[in-house]
Amino acid sequence: MYRAYLKTAFFALVFFAFAKANGQNEHEKQFTEGEKIVFDEVDEGEYGEGDAVNTKAEVDNFISHHLKDSHYFTLFEKAEDHFFVSLPLPVIIWDNGLRVFMSSVFHHGEEIAEIDGNYYQLHHSKIYKVNGPKDFIASDVHHPDNIKPFDISITKNVATSILVGLIIFLIFGGLAKQYKKRAIPKGFGRVLEPLVIYVRDEIAKPNVGEKKYRKFMGFLLTVFFFIWIANLLGLTPLGTNLTGNIAVTVCLALLTYIITTFSANKDYWKHIFWMPGVHPIMKIFFIPIELLGTLTKPFALLVRLYANITAGHVVLFTLLGAITVAKTDLNIGTGASIGYGVFYFILALFITLIELLVAFLQAYIFTLLSALFIGMAVAEHDHPEHEGAEEDDIDEVRERFV
Amino acid sequence: MDQLINDFSLGLFFWQLVIFIGLIFLIAKFAWKPILSSLDAREQGIVEALAAAENAKLEMSNLEASNQAAAQEARLQRDEMIKEAREIKEKMIADAAGQAQEKADKIIASAQEAIESEKKAALADIKSQVAELSLNIAEKLTRKELSEKDAQLALIDKMLAEANI
Repeated sequence: MYRAYLKTAFFALVFFAFAKANGQNEHEKQFTEGEKIVFDEVDEGEYGEGDAVNTKAEVDNFISHHLKDSHYFTLFEKAEDHFFVSLPLPVIIWDNGLRVFMSSVFHHGEEIAEIDGNYYQLHHSKIYKVNGPKDFIASDVHHPDNIKPFDISITKNVATSILVGLIIFLIFGGLAKQYKKRAIPKGFGRVLEPLVIYVRDEIAKPNVGEKKYRKFMGFLLTVFFFIWIANLLGLTPLGTNLTGNIAVTVCLALLTYIITTFSANKDYWKHIFWMPGVHPIMKIFFIPIELLGTLTKPFALLVRLYANITAGHVVLFTLLGAITVAKTDLNIGTGASIGYGVFYFILALFITLIELLVAFLQAYIFTLLSALFIGMAVAEHDHPEHEGAEEDDIDEVRERFV
Repeated sequence: MDQLINDFSLGLFFWQLVIFIGLIFLIAKFAWKPILSSLDAREQGIVEALAAAENAKLEMSNLEASNQAAAQEARLQRDEMIKEAREIKEKMIADAAGQAQEKADKIIASAQEAIESEKKAALADIKSQVAELSLNIAEKLTRKELSEKDAQLALIDKMLAEANI
């Protein structure tokens, strides 16, 4: 198990070293002539006025930027000084042929890249095709008419997704390996094993059913740990926002929908298309309602996860931004601004603790409701009122958590 | 909503789908399956061990019960044996007493018989001697012919004294 820690630490170190080196490169490239700032000065935090994210507009801008996907894995940035500590990621676009290159050619959107005779600009984290090396899209235009090539780049979120997958694979692969040698795992495995048992005994077994749960354990366990670890990574200074991205939650909920639909038995379809126990005319009315119901269930899943995580990140960044905004936008003395700073810091700390809970809770709810939907699809109905009882359960669960 | 749809990145969706499905299959094969099966095996083992312990307990109590029964039986047997032994002893004593009595009776009877026959023989002897004596006395008496009454009496006394029976 320790080898796994070491491996993770090693990768982190490589990443940081790479990111730092890249930052220095950018720095050197950008500032060969003109004002020179020493790399170390940034660490000391001697920013001039207006350098950092200080005003309300800048905070808003920073937050909306954070919530979006990016073609760089950025740790620190000072866009005004053209200073970035970031890892460029591979860009893969389809524009009359597959084009693959590193995102470093965009210089964080400041330059237009020429790839195989075509010109591309990174504009508000999206890649647009432009006509020439000087044909910049104005930064205040949010929806330019330029051609947007189909972008399947390894973006920050894709990289995070791979990282989360790697973490899960490493820690649980390690746990699985332990069982070959001993019956009871030791070390970190003792923390992981109860979590696996928790998902199995508290989420899968009671909701899917004792007989059928085993088939869905792969999905339920993976989705639980994926969401949880992605949520937790979002709270680290890495600044990722994977589960707060609608494309990711759509993907996860879509898998729940597909699994539910394809593992559904005759009873499930019968309850949708010919609801037993009601008048035949009503049965016809029930068909669209029930069909819509199958879609709203995963839709609620994806919106809940997206909204919870996004809201958490927005609140946290707002509180942190409020510290600097209190200093620059409000005309108050140093003492009062320190007071504001302490107040918002404590509040942010408190919200972070709540976010730790939310990180687990959202993973739990997503997995629980997925298990519940799967359970409803595979359940054997002996009595017509059985279905009603399960609906009640869902409502109860929803009321409890939402 | 417009913003949401605009932010929806098909590329990210594609990668997420590929990564996540890949992860599910990989980790299901290399982690969840071995983990869950060893958990199941362990739980099965625990259930079996508990059942075995329960069985052992039951067997133990059965054994104890049978032990107790055996002890009880042994005790009964011992009592029986003691009783029998006592009976045998009493019978032996009684038999011995009876036999002794019988033997003593027999001895007494034979002794009495012997005495009787000895007595009879003695009496016969006495009778014969008395007869002989009487004959002698009578002879002498008749010889002297009743001459002197006193002398006759003395003679009888003398003869009786002589006749040492």
